[in-house]
Amino acid sequence: MKTPILQMRGITKTFPGVKALQDVTLDVNRGEVHAICGENGAGKSTLMKVLSGVYAHNTFDGEILFENEPCTFSSISDSEKRGIVIIHQELALSPYLSIAENIYLGNEQATNGWVDWRKTNLEAAKLLARVGLDENPVTPVQHISVGKQQLVEIAKALSKEVKLLILDEPTAALNDEDSGHLLDLILHLKGQGVTSIIISHKLNEIRKVADAVTIIRDGKTIETLRLDEGQITQERIIRGMVGRDLESLYPEREPNIGEEVLRIEDWSVRHPQDHARMVVRNANLHVRKGEVVGLAGLMGAGRTELAMSVFGRTYGTATSGKVYKYGEEINTATVSDAIRHGIAYATEDRKHYGLNLIEDIKRNISLASLRKLAKRGFVDKNQETVVANGYRTSMNIKAPSVAAITGKLSGGNQQKVVLSKWMFSDPDVLILDEPTRGIDVGAKFEIYTIIARLAAEGKAVIVISSELPELLGICDRIYTLAAGHITGEVPIAEATQESLMHYMTKEKE
Amino acid sequence: MSALRESLGFLTSRLRQVGIFVALILIVLLFQGLTGGILLEPQNVTNLVVQNSYILILAIGMVMVIIAGHIDLSVGSVAGFIGAVAGVMIVHWGWPWWAAIPACLLVGALVGAWQGYWIAYVGIPAFIVTLAGMLIFRGLTLITLKNQQITPFPAELRALGGGFLPDISGGTSVLEWLTVILGVGATVALLIQALKERRIRRKFDLESEPMVWFVIKTAFTALLMLIITFLLASYRGTPIVLVVLAALVIAYTALMNNSVFGRHTYAIGGNLHAAELSGIKTKAVTFRLFVNMGVLAALAGLVFTARLNSAQPAGGTGFELDSIAAAFIGGAAVTGGIGTVAGAMIGGLIMGVLNNGMSILGLGTDYQQLIKGLVLLVAVGFDIFNKNRSGGGSDLGKRFRLKTTPPPAEEKLTPVASETVEAGAK
Repeated sequence: MKTPILQMRGITKTFPGVKALQDVTLDVNRGEVHAICGENGAGKSTLMKVLSGVYAHNTFDGEILFENEPCTFSSISDSEKRGIVIIHQELALSPYLSIAENIYLGNEQATNGWVDWRKTNLEAAKLLARVGLDENPVTPVQHISVGKQQLVEIAKALSKEVKLLILDEPTAALNDEDSGHLLDLILHLKGQGVTSIIISHKLNEIRKVADAVTIIRDGKTIETLRLDEGQITQERIIRGMVGRDLESLYPEREPNIGEEVLRIEDWSVRHPQDHARMVVRNANLHVRKGEVVGLAGLMGAGRTELAMSVFGRTYGTATSGKVYKYGEEINTATVSDAIRHGIAYATEDRKHYGLNLIEDIKRNISLASLRKLAKRGFVDKNQETVVANGYRTSMNIKAPSVAAITGKLSGGNQQKVVLSKWMFSDPDVLILDEPTRGIDVGAKFEIYTIIARLAAEGKAVIVISSELPELLGICDRIYTLAAGHITGEVPIAEATQESLMHYMTKEKE
Repeated sequence: MSALRESLGFLTSRLRQVGIFVALILIVLLFQGLTGGILLEPQNVTNLVVQNSYILILAIGMVMVIIAGHIDLSVGSVAGFIGAVAGVMIVHWGWPWWAAIPACLLVGALVGAWQGYWIAYVGIPAFIVTLAGMLIFRGLTLITLKNQQITPFPAELRALGGGFLPDISGGTSVLEWLTVILGVGATVALLIQALKERRIRRKFDLESEPMVWFVIKTAFTALLMLIITFLLASYRGTPIVLVVLAALVIAYTALMNNSVFGRHTYAIGGNLHAAELSGIKTKAVTFRLFVNMGVLAALAGLVFTARLNSAQPAGGTGFELDSIAAAFIGGAAVTGGIGTVAGAMIGGLIMGVLNNGMSILGLGTDYQQLIKGLVLLVAVGFDIFNKNRSGGGSDLGKRFRLKTTPPPAEEKLTPVASETVEAGAK
């Protein structure tokens, strides 16, 4: 009873010098959830742009059949007319407009050029009910969370009478709860006959929703796995994506844990705008030499806020509490104080907060420690190059030279530049916030190896991560946060995903 | 073939820098022809230098402010205000020039500190603060001058605007020898510096510039310097303001390229948040940039006043636009993080030669403005066109191939789309 809704045959798309897609085949059946997997740069997004008309029909080879009719799209609006709607990773909502206005943006409910507000808001409310979003349609989009904004995007797609919904990394910015809700919604829509294509890195999500998985590697289709044939397993997907078996996702390490390096006592942080709101409440934690400590928590639990407030009060106001290093109280009121006391913080958002993307590798690596390279206020450029070359080798940064612009590097290599920057500041404590976000499987392993090496060198490492298996794979001890409280401290031997999740949701029970 | 391809590839990758330089030369040649050779007569070259010196001084500070992602609309009014202050100090109060000049620079620093405070510490956008400053300091100029010009200034101050280094041959020889010595000395220093830098870059395997191009570029620059030296030496020698300007260019180029402060400036303009989280005191850097701008605006005001030998109510009007245009024609990015002092100087010279050439031709200010506006638009438009076409950065082989077919839009450097950036590294 399976009928194909979409057939893409022999899709080849060439950019100058690069074959982005080579003879790619994709078959999607009506009413299924079809996942597309592949490492970053494998060609997933390019394929979706071919499908949705971002790349006009005459700029690639191959044919697309949608509902058994050939498609020749020249733009997104052509594909939307046929009921193919793509929701991009970066949400395309206008923050100051209301939910209803956003839903009907470009498709205004108007008579003779005048917007019919009653109809707009009424219809929007119906769509919101369909996606399970309990918000007033006149609320400005900036006032709702990212998870809810994602639902608004889907409501917008539904308003266009979508037959095939394409979601590009829909849960990348969502917490587990919102992700779960979104995945349920996808399944719910499936029940209503909407076919979905979902691009995702998160294999557990794929296993939850996908009826079929197509794996793309280096611009080629590797295989399509089908649930009803029992082919969708984590091992099989990973093998397809990287082209080899990963014997272990995490490097082996022998922890060699020494004295306590950093202790945070009674740490409280208020929200920067809403002063009545406590984001972190009376947190106590410590980390020892050679130890990797995890901070687990759902989105909004206060992990990043805790780390950034310790690192030079870069988040929040009116913090109370004390920071001790080797038993002595230290002042970390500014970033340069924190750096001077040997604390480094690698941000979760390396593109907006971690790197100067228009600058080259060496200048990014030296940025936090220019004084170390300077004599009388002038930077020793030779020394800078020597240092950067050293990190390029030791961190295995793949770039033609240290004069390469960081904006052109892959996510994994950018992360290595960020880590190099902080290693050069010679910290005793490294706080790594989501160190593998947006990085493909192969590069993740490299980052884990670097973390293990840092610990072996005697650094104290704090890792903040939303991926529990990752924390379980690399940490010696894990703290859990919920609603600003530290709710648990679990040695790795006792930690399981279930036990951590139990502590992470403790507040709500 | 591969050497040729490599050279061409390099040239396309540096299209902006090469282009701006070639544009300057073409404009010079064009007006040299149109004016029947008057443009490059020794006297006119000297005039060109002196006439544009204050815009160039302003452009140094302006490009730094722009690199940090700000703008300063007030510099013309500040220059006029400092001219007025100098007039009061020297002419009305009878202060000696050696006391008045530092005092004026100090007033400039205070003006910069005032604006820097609002921008850096209060957080009002520079556009607003300096727009206010443009009005405030024009008002203060009028108040200080009571709407009347102040004149005349003593010869020592006038020398800053129109004076020359002493003629060591006592005016007896055709060429002014001190200028020849300085010019040849500077050329040799430039050659040595260029070779040294290239050697270091080679040593660290960072060199991407083909030998041919390096030789052509360096030889050409040296030749140009020698020609200018010859032209200056055959008139009245080296203008004092040129010495001041040269010292500023050298000092500020070093500051922006190699100093911690310069690096911090580029870092702030490139990514403010990343700079903050790297321990850079972004507010202090911004504040200092505006103090520096104030001092340079004061110096420009002094030079201008000295040259006119009078402090005028309308003095400095429009300087901000010329200096901003110079910085942008010279390759500075509106979004910050990109730009050089040398580029701003070439941009300023392009504006200067256009002004001067059109004046010689007898074109009125109406047409001058029109043409200058178009030049600014074309220069920055070319920049953006070039960036879109090549995707930014300096990957030379790729650049060259991209010449024939325009790349897809996604090849652009978009910091948000992770997949896109990923693809660039493959």
